Amino acid sequence: MTEIPAQAPPAGAADDADKAPTAGARSGAGGASDTGGVDGTGGGALRIVHRSPLRKFLSSSPAYMGLVLLLLVLLFSALRPEAFPTTATGRNISLDISVLLVMAVGMTYVMVAGGFDLSIGSVLVFSGVVMAKTMSALGGDGALVVVAGMAAAVLAGVAWGLVNGLCITVLKVPALITTLGTMGAALGASQLLTGGNDVTTVPDALLTITTSRPLGFSWLVYVAALVAVAGGLVLAFTRFGRHTYLVGSNEESARRAGINVGRHLVRLYAISGGLAGVAGAMSLTRFATTTISGHATDALQVITGVVLGGTSLYGGIGTVLGTVVGIFIPAVLQNGFVVTHVQPYWQQVVIGFVLIAAVYVDHLKRARRDRS
Amino acid sequence: MADPLLEARGIGKSYGHVEVLRGADFSVARGEVTALIGDNGAGKSTLVKILSGALSPDAGEIRLAGERVAFGSPEDAHGMGIETVYQDLALAPELGSAENVFAGRELLKPGILGRLGVLDRRTMRDRARRAFAEMGTDVKDIEAPVAALSGGQRQSVAICRSVLWADKVVFMDEPTAALGVRQTGKVLELIRRVADRGIAVVLISHNMPEVLQVADRVQVLRLGRRVAEFAAAGTTVEQLVGAMTGALEGNAA
Repeated sequence: MTEIPAQAPPAGAADDADKAPTAGARSGAGGASDTGGVDGTGGGALRIVHRSPLRKFLSSSPAYMGLVLLLLVLLFSALRPEAFPTTATGRNISLDISVLLVMAVGMTYVMVAGGFDLSIGSVLVFSGVVMAKTMSALGGDGALVVVAGMAAAVLAGVAWGLVNGLCITVLKVPALITTLGTMGAALGASQLLTGGNDVTTVPDALLTITTSRPLGFSWLVYVAALVAVAGGLVLAFTRFGRHTYLVGSNEESARRAGINVGRHLVRLYAISGGLAGVAGAMSLTRFATTTISGHATDALQVITGVVLGGTSLYGGIGTVLGTVVGIFIPAVLQNGFVVTHVQPYWQQVVIGFVLIAAVYVDHLKRARRDRS
Repeated sequence: MADPLLEARGIGKSYGHVEVLRGADFSVARGEVTALIGDNGAGKSTLVKILSGALSPDAGEIRLAGERVAFGSPEDAHGMGIETVYQDLALAPELGSAENVFAGRELLKPGILGRLGVLDRRTMRDRARRAFAEMGTDVKDIEAPVAALSGGQRQSVAICRSVLWADKVVFMDEPTAALGVRQTGKVLELIRRVADRGIAVVLISHNMPEVLQVADRVQVLRLGRRVAEFAAAGTTVEQLVGAMTGALEGNAA
């Protein structure tokens, strides 16, 4: 037998690696090519580089898209300095996106895990209807009635999410089909509950929330900001978030690593449904009517924003920060076109092609990375 | 040979009417690379699945360090210091090397943040980096997605992960099957270093010269039984192939 000399690594190697941020400088000196290098160097050819977090961030999709967003804001501000960069515009845009953003946070989790949720627009409607019905059943105008209604809305959303999650994980029906099914079912159920007519009677306590604007912004904006910050932190920094990436990146490896993949996915769909429930409560608060027919394209708008923000359709990649940027871009375009007197219909045309371009660039990056 | 660390006796396993293992014996010792070879259908993967907890045997007994054990699941085997490097590596391509090493075994920050499930990313990175350094593995960028690494580096990450969690036995299923010559050389060195740490390595391979190059002992499985056992030194490829095909009966070494 040919004995391979087992090269013990240099004694100092481990210590060197501990000072990794500075060890990057050593990589150039190592010189061995990364496809094997000179075999004789064996254990000595330690090449451990620590890319700075800043550089890593700058090469990420959220950073690119953040730049696009910034340029759009600057462009519209330069074109209409008196109309665009105003608090009124900021207020409009943030209010416009708040409902979508809440759902987009849930969608980010589901898509990072390699899933999909088309049902959120209908679940929003259903939750709004449940909230309105709950409040009118309880009667009265008190704040408690509103709180009970909101709780019912969230629970209704979670219930649809659980249905989605269980169909996908237990019955193994693909997410696209399951959520297409519940998209229709939840909307139909809403119409059954209301007889097809929007519920427009809401307690006065709810209208008080609607009209109050602490620090100039609607309550909806604060709720959306809170959901985005909490969702972003959990996804980026906790074990729950890490497991979400692992499940989306390689389901089989997650399973072998001892992660209960099915349970995790059910939780994610429940979160997505629950956040659609929150969005339903927000929508009812904003419009004081259930807007049954107004949310047919919500899921598609949300998915557009999530993908623009750099979340991969194949799972394993994505951030809530990117999603925030991706949700902002269409809204800024829309408002920008209005103030610059471009027909706002152009927004849909532009966003359509930007979406295609964004996924194409993502595909190129992926292909370049995987070439090895 | 030294005292066997993991020993299987008379393992039987059938699927319906198909008897895959018919009283197979197997043993591995600390600090040795033991190759398990056999023709397709000889029962290699079934045996490895049984020894790593993924399958339960119908008959026979398994002893770990002299104690009789039964694995209910791969997690049971993990708990006893037994890990498997799967042929398809089971890495998450979008995540970094450190993140893969700690997949499913994430470390949490101490105190209240840990209670909230907050990851201790720095400690995980440092420990992964130290593990790679100790094993002499050149992972360029510990945070780069595993998909950006070469095949050999990916294999090294998978092997280092198993070593970090196994203190007794590591099973490696065809670890060089997808690699070029140079990278194969590196991975074989790494396998040797794993054994030098006192771990019992079980190498499943179809590549006979490679088996003779890296293994200390070779055990040959044929039709669900161990039919031969060789000390790798002084054994030829012809002898191995002969034992595998039944043309030649090997002697227990």
